[in-house]
Amino acid sequence: MANWFDKILPSFIKKETAKKSSVPEGLWQACSACSTILYVPELEANLYVCTKCDHHIRIGARKRLDLFLDTGNQTEIAADKRAIDWLKFKDTKRYKDRLVEAEKKSEEQEALVVIQGSLLKLPLVAAAFEFRFMGGSMGSVVGQKFVEGVDHALKNQLPFVCFSTSGGARMQESLISLYQMAKTSAVLQKLKKEGLPYVSIMIDPIYGGVAASLAMLGDINMAEPNALVGFTGPRVIEQTLKVKLPEGFQRSEFLLEHGAIDIIVHRKDLKETVHRLLLNLLDKTLAQ
Amino acid sequence: MRNDYLDFEEPIAALEKKIQDLQSSKESDKNNLSEEISKLNNSIIKLTEQIYNNLDIWQCVQVARHPQRPHLLDFVEKICSNFDELHGDRHYGDDRALLGGLATIGDHRLVLIGHEKGRTTEDKINRNFGMSQPEGYRKAARLMKLAERFSLPVVTLVDTPGAYPGIDSEERGQSEAIANNLGLMSSLKTPILVNIIGEGGSGGALAIAVGDHVTMMEYATYSVASPEACASIVWRDVEKASEAAEAMQMNAESILKLNLIDEVIDEPLGGAHRNPDQAALLLKKSIIKNLENLKSQSISALLDTRYKRLMSYGNK
Ligand SMILES: [Zn+2]
Repeated sequence: MANWFDKILPSFIKKETAKKSSVPEGLWQACSACSTILYVPELEANLYVCTKCDHHIRIGARKRLDLFLDTGNQTEIAADKRAIDWLKFKDTKRYKDRLVEAEKKSEEQEALVVIQGSLLKLPLVAAAFEFRFMGGSMGSVVGQKFVEGVDHALKNQLPFVCFSTSGGARMQESLISLYQMAKTSAVLQKLKKEGLPYVSIMIDPIYGGVAASLAMLGDINMAEPNALVGFTGPRVIEQTLKVKLPEGFQRSEFLLEHGAIDIIVHRKDLKETVHRLLLNLLDKTLAQ
Repeated sequence: MRNDYLDFEEPIAALEKKIQDLQSSKESDKNNLSEEISKLNNSIIKLTEQIYNNLDIWQCVQVARHPQRPHLLDFVEKICSNFDELHGDRHYGDDRALLGGLATIGDHRLVLIGHEKGRTTEDKINRNFGMSQPEGYRKAARLMKLAERFSLPVVTLVDTPGAYPGIDSEERGQSEAIANNLGLMSSLKTPILVNIIGEGGSGGALAIAVGDHVTMMEYATYSVASPEACASIVWRDVEKASEAAEAMQMNAESILKLNLIDEVIDEPLGGAHRNPDQAALLLKKSIIKNLENLKSQSISALLDTRYKRLMSYGNK
């Protein structure tokens, strides 16, 4: 890449790349793509997009909704649900213990956060997956929270927006997890019948059961640049078929080229784009 | 003598070998043979019962995948009085792993959709071992809409390791094809009867498995991922597939207990592959009984119940 970014880089961003271990705590964060050490307050102001390479750095569900929604007048929906260990699942660890760890790591109780709020004064319900909670996997609580979010949109005649980022179904809930694909797809049918729009925003990465259900079913499917989205993960395809994958395989640009998504939106343009598209779909008086 | 024994069936194989040896012994020794052979046959039945009543889940997986287990096309031949296969998704191609068509079972005209893994090596390759590409799911969607328009019930027979993991599948929107079917089936205005007859593997199975009544054959399996995939994802070791099968509780009996299916269809002693005719008869009886029940209900009641059931999964 011709590095025009270098020219506009503020002087306090260190140019040398560094290994993760040498990243200073707190005020500094390394870009997960180019390893440039970035000054966090400035990174935050730039919506966690790397000021050097434009990489859209992964952010938590709550942070994402904070950046997306207007401040104030926010109500969280189905906040207190916690996963159930239906199968008493145990692999190298017990599912129960994994849940405790996930909660510590993500500071969330499950892998989906749903909030009723407004976007540039347009009331809506927005959901976001928390990737740090067991890879954003969809167990029964994620499915249920999604459904309650959509139900809330239905009841209040609001648009629904979901930021998806997920490894897929949650193995530890096996078939119950698989069924959440059907459950979330079914509730979206209701939304469609009511004439309420659903905007699906794809965030790196989305695979398996979440890709093959709620993420692909948007009236408008949009993706952040360079996000990986697919049904089968690249490693599995490579190993199964013994092939080398083409450059850019399953990236947003690949999805756009193959007709799977409507639009790729840079994080800085996201709010305005979603707002504009929703207003175009809806009666504008809703925005008041 | 059969030569398709699974590891845990070795004691049965040993007894059958004994019978075979007796039968090939000299004419002069055959005086008391018939009595001995019938004794051995009784022992085989008892032993088979004993083994099959105590199958662990990994053994059940092996039965579900047994190379001689009857597939979609075997059942079609045995239970449909007619079947006209209808081809193609009208956009790109005709998937050979996921088939569909107009069929008659008993007195019921219906749309039949199911996976076919193939029997010969060439056939298996041609059919991607029962793993559908997007065209398969889109063909299924087209046929379901056809069923809706002509008020025909949809009957599906599910038997797939999963959706096909390929570059071309991804290019043509595997995720969207599956997701679309889930939404469609949740609101299709005609009865849908789902039967898991072999492997119910992940999203590739679910894409034709949303319905009003879901059955599993006794030794069929149904899970979020194949045991191998689950083992490699969760244990990071594909060798742990048997543990993964146990942990996922992917056999019919466990799934019925979890209230995630409605019915288990009995199989002949030793599994469907030991007596495909009887297996087909049991499946046919169940299909006819269930269709009569589903057709007796109004479409709006069916849709209401179908939706409420979907919403109830995992909501405690
Ligand atoms: Zn960067």
